[in-house]
Amino acid sequence: MLTGWGRTAPTRAIVARPASADGVDEVLAAPGARGVIPRGMGRSYGDAAQNAGGLVVSTQGLADSVELDSGSGRARVSAGTSLGRLIDAVLPQGWFPGVVPGTQFVSIGGAIASDVHGKNHHRDGSFCEHVWSIELATPGGGRMSLAPGQGASDAFWATAGGMGLTGIALAAELQLRPVSSAYMRVDTTRTADLEHSMGALADADATAQYTVAWVDLLARGGAFGRGIVTAGEHARPGDLDRTGEAVGITVPPNRRLASVPVVPARAGVLHPTAMRVFNELYFRRAPAEPSRGIEPIWGYFFPLDVVGHWNRLYGRAGLLQYQFVIPEAATPRLIPMVERLVADGVPIYLAVLKRLRDVPGPLGFPIRGWTLALDIPAGAPGLGVALDRLDASVAGCGGRVYLAKDGRLRGEFLPVMYPRLDEWRAVRDRLDPDRVMRSDLDRRLSLVAP
Amino acid sequence: MRDAVGRIQSVLLVGGSSEIGLAIVRGLPRADAVVVRLAGPDRPDMERAADALRQEGVGRVEIVDFDACAVGDQTHVVAAACADEPDVVIIATGYLGDQPTAERDPAAAARIVDINFRGLVPLLVGVAQHLRGQGHGTLVVMSTVAGERPRVANYTYGAAKAGLDAFARGLAASLAGSGVNVVVVRPGFVRTRMTAHLKPAPFSTTPDKVADAVATAIARGSRIVWVPGILRWVMMVLRHLPETLFRRLPG
Repeated sequence: MLTGWGRTAPTRAIVARPASADGVDEVLAAPGARGVIPRGMGRSYGDAAQNAGGLVVSTQGLADSVELDSGSGRARVSAGTSLGRLIDAVLPQGWFPGVVPGTQFVSIGGAIASDVHGKNHHRDGSFCEHVWSIELATPGGGRMSLAPGQGASDAFWATAGGMGLTGIALAAELQLRPVSSAYMRVDTTRTADLEHSMGALADADATAQYTVAWVDLLARGGAFGRGIVTAGEHARPGDLDRTGEAVGITVPPNRRLASVPVVPARAGVLHPTAMRVFNELYFRRAPAEPSRGIEPIWGYFFPLDVVGHWNRLYGRAGLLQYQFVIPEAATPRLIPMVERLVADGVPIYLAVLKRLRDVPGPLGFPIRGWTLALDIPAGAPGLGVALDRLDASVAGCGGRVYLAKDGRLRGEFLPVMYPRLDEWRAVRDRLDPDRVMRSDLDRRLSLVAP
Repeated sequence: MRDAVGRIQSVLLVGGSSEIGLAIVRGLPRADAVVVRLAGPDRPDMERAADALRQEGVGRVEIVDFDACAVGDQTHVVAAACADEPDVVIIATGYLGDQPTAERDPAAAARIVDINFRGLVPLLVGVAQHLRGQGHGTLVVMSTVAGERPRVANYTYGAAKAGLDAFARGLAASLAGSGVNVVVVRPGFVRTRMTAHLKPAPFSTTPDKVADAVATAIARGSRIVWVPGILRWVMMVLRHLPETLFRRLPG
């Protein structure tokens, strides 16, 4: 039985773990009636890497490999390799991935399939904008090498953010970013409410390479949406850490402090009141006045990774992450939307605010505007109806929901939120004319074909 | 597909005009674009039920002819009934019959067994195979407390339902790990058309209460549901009561 990271809607599939690219070809040659979908680390929140009754091809059987050209920062990386392993391999030589999301436990294949974005999206765009080429095993055209600037660039951009439905990525050539330390120089600003958080984040975007805002949507009254805006840069040698020592390229330990055991309770161990207290403490931990500090790279980019299986805290009912983006022009509607959701009784345990810009892929999530990622216990009463209402508001102002996080959007919103859907379908069908690539996400939303 | 908040996109109701079955369909958390398939022998009744569902905003309602008394191959019925990859299949076919008649007329007794049990077995086998193939889904089987211990008033019905109950639990075991859950529902006396001529027994309930219990059971992954819940304990006692005493109980 497979689920996404949110541990909702389990379905059964046969999991194949080919140990080589030839093994992947063999699976695609005999896909069975219910089709095939690749799966990396299983960190999509919803049902993107599930295929009920069919085949799921784990990329975790393929050997990790990173071939770095340390002069140019181009690296050929196998698709099952996690970002954490990639960083382990390249950071000591002064390189860092162009884009990383909020966890290191994402495979290269998964990062491409979701075209993930990170704290530097406003500057550097999404993951696939730092990819030179993708080696893709397709059901229709065999193994293909796809590049963004060449003949079949539409196939490249249909694969970027294509939710694994164009084929199975075997490897990719990435352009890495030169860095001179394994630390981040971070400016932290505390904000009083949601409007202030948005303003401070926009200000930070103007000067910093990496920005994000944690906002407290459990706080009541005037403090609603107060937050902590962090603006980071890769630290330079000579910047001093907390102990007064100059930081360098020596990589600090990548620690896992704790791991959550299976929580038998349906509702988990998190509770709105407890989370409210947690948010209060977290907020107060940040200095009241803007301040600057040095942080190890791991903790800055991947704060939740120190707790293994943190999704189990949400209990058997699981966790739902609702991430949406609305265009810049709809900015005034963001606060009322969130207020409505809270008024509907939806408990938002964690909320992260970020500004995005457009990406080239037809099924890519980011558009120029504001994105909010909301962590919500999936068992919350009335959640379905409240989020349906939010879907309608998001679609109504030209926004969209992130498919990599989704487990519940209704199919009728898909063409509205993703107006280039048919363009994507046409390219996809060329790579997979027999519609071998299938997933639960695809079945739920009628993604591949209406 | 069932979504992350447990809403379903497609449901099949066997016993397509059953009051309890329709109440269960109405009580399920569903997407607006849900497809409901009604399967049963009584087309006019099902048409009426379909119209009512459409008026309540159900996206699409389809009707499939299925007669539990018919002999022969039911493969095409299963294929038609499962056409939209059902997230939930409800087996709500029920026929109480008349016990005194069944004691005089072997054909009447056989009919009770056919509709409540024998005729459902080929369908259940086909549906189970289908669900196993799709790797997800919930099969809800309407049993009854009357199957727990036979009573003079309705033992043919009780025996047939006991057979169905046992078959469903066996199916559940065989489907373990397949992604398919089976929920066996054992209500007490439910006030419906089928029981309108009878005096309600103790712990009687309503179709809506059964529907609530089933929706909760599907969300939680429960295997056996008693409605009302207290019947679980009542029947635990009644099972062990001496026959002489049991016979004298009211209801």
